[in-house]
Amino acid sequence: MITHPTLAQIDRYAAGDPGLDEPSVWAIEVHLEGCADCRARLAGSTTMDSRAVIERVATSLDREIAATPAPAGRSWSWSVLRHRWLVGTLLPWLAMTAAVLACAALLGVLWTGLPSVVLLIAPLAPLPGVAVAWHRRADPAWELIAATPAAGLTTLLRRTAAVLAFVIPALAVAGAGTGASLALMLLPCLAFTAAALLLGTLVGVRRAAIGLIAIWTLAVIAPSLAAARVPVVLAAESARSWALATALLIIMALFRVNGFRRLSHHD
Amino acid sequence: MRAVSAVETAATTHPWAIHAEDLQVRAGRHLAVNGLDLALATGVHGLLGPNGAGKTTLMRALATVVAPAGGRLALLGHPVDGRSDLRPVRRTLGYLPQHFGFYPRFTVREFVGYMAWLKEMPKADIPAAVQRSIDRVGLTAKADARLKTLSGGMLRRAGIAQAIVNDPRILLLDEPTVGLDPEQRLDFRELLRDIGTDSCVLVSTHLVEDVVAACTDVVLVNEGRLVWQGTPEVLAEQGDQGHAGDSPAERGYSAILRRHRAEAAQRKEALA
Repeated sequence: MITHPTLAQIDRYAAGDPGLDEPSVWAIEVHLEGCADCRARLAGSTTMDSRAVIERVATSLDREIAATPAPAGRSWSWSVLRHRWLVGTLLPWLAMTAAVLACAALLGVLWTGLPSVVLLIAPLAPLPGVAVAWHRRADPAWELIAATPAAGLTTLLRRTAAVLAFVIPALAVAGAGTGASLALMLLPCLAFTAAALLLGTLVGVRRAAIGLIAIWTLAVIAPSLAAARVPVVLAAESARSWALATALLIIMALFRVNGFRRLSHHD
Repeated sequence: MRAVSAVETAATTHPWAIHAEDLQVRAGRHLAVNGLDLALATGVHGLLGPNGAGKTTLMRALATVVAPAGGRLALLGHPVDGRSDLRPVRRTLGYLPQHFGFYPRFTVREFVGYMAWLKEMPKADIPAAVQRSIDRVGLTAKADARLKTLSGGMLRRAGIAQAIVNDPRILLLDEPTVGLDPEQRLDFRELLRDIGTDSCVLVSTHLVEDVVAACTDVVLVNEGRLVWQGTPEVLAEQGDQGHAGDSPAERGYSAILRRHRAEAAQRKEALA
């Protein structure tokens, strides 16, 4: 049961009565902290002096608040989103990716004899963005970020997600007119991203991305352009193999995530 | 006022905030820190040493940016080696690198807020913590200016603001006073003393006067090894009028270094 202090006690407390012993003052104070009713009663029994003090404090506080700059509220605006997820250094690379995809789409329209160029370069589209997502020379604040808990994997995955969120719609738009299967564009794109991350734990993401781009260009793009037909690996029936490979690579990449905890000498 | 978290009142089970034993750290192929033993508790510690003594490499290793090549390093009792999970330690860390890069189009508030977000602070606390750390370094009037419009000293202060935004238990500042004018340096020393009452602050500098004024402890390194550790007062007693320097502390600094070099030369002769 809670016993509220009597009105007489509250009056004496408000008046700062020296006759009130210290334990009683503590008891009243502790009670006041938790009891709104008694606080209201205390407000009714304040003396003129204490009211004047409160008035003075309120005026000077108001004056100081007016003099200092207003605190910024929570601004969950587009700029915060852009700053956090799409660090400025990624934008030029994403713009370049978009430009290349646009050129490929245009080439497909103008040059009808060839297999779809968009389909051929789709696996490589996210790689430039992923390569610069977490690289010390690509990110001016890398040393600051490297000492934060979000460094390494979190930052890499966040930025990779930002790159994919941009590249996948861009691919879908560029590939819409070519008649190629969307799955055959997006699955290799995801598989190559996971492969770049996986190899990246061994040799650094940038080298992994460059290597994958070189191998794909030499082994698939060049022969299929020379022969003017869709390569076997991108034929319609290979979609299931790509799905399997994507799943496998993502799982393997997740097992190797510890490699990104610290900025390795590869990066 | 900030609320005191349960973590801060919990009993510590580690004797030292920073504890290095026979620490080796590579800078490129070269072992810049080679067999360093260091134990630092709460307080402001000044890290002194000639150019190329391994100060910056040591700071990087303590900030968990580079992995030690050998030896043992523990921060707040957590071992920091290649395999351990660094996230809990990194949340309690503040670090200002010697040359810190930044995004020129960010405002001071956005930059400090971005760093607070990367330090995984609770989302609701970020705006207030950002404002507080900007106020503490005296950049309130410039809080919404873009970083590219700031002067060198202001940038440095923005860097200090991002380092202290999460109320770090270990604060590592590499050359923080470069570009600060004399008045700002006095304010900065005040800030250091304030933070050093309940955190471990390590300030790397080559200005002996800063160390004497703001630090409770001096750590002197040379060629990747600990040469001397003691209070600024004892440092000042080490030298006499015969040693190079304009103040007692500077003379003490050059006396210790000279003695160390002479001993190293003797050891080399004895080996030869």
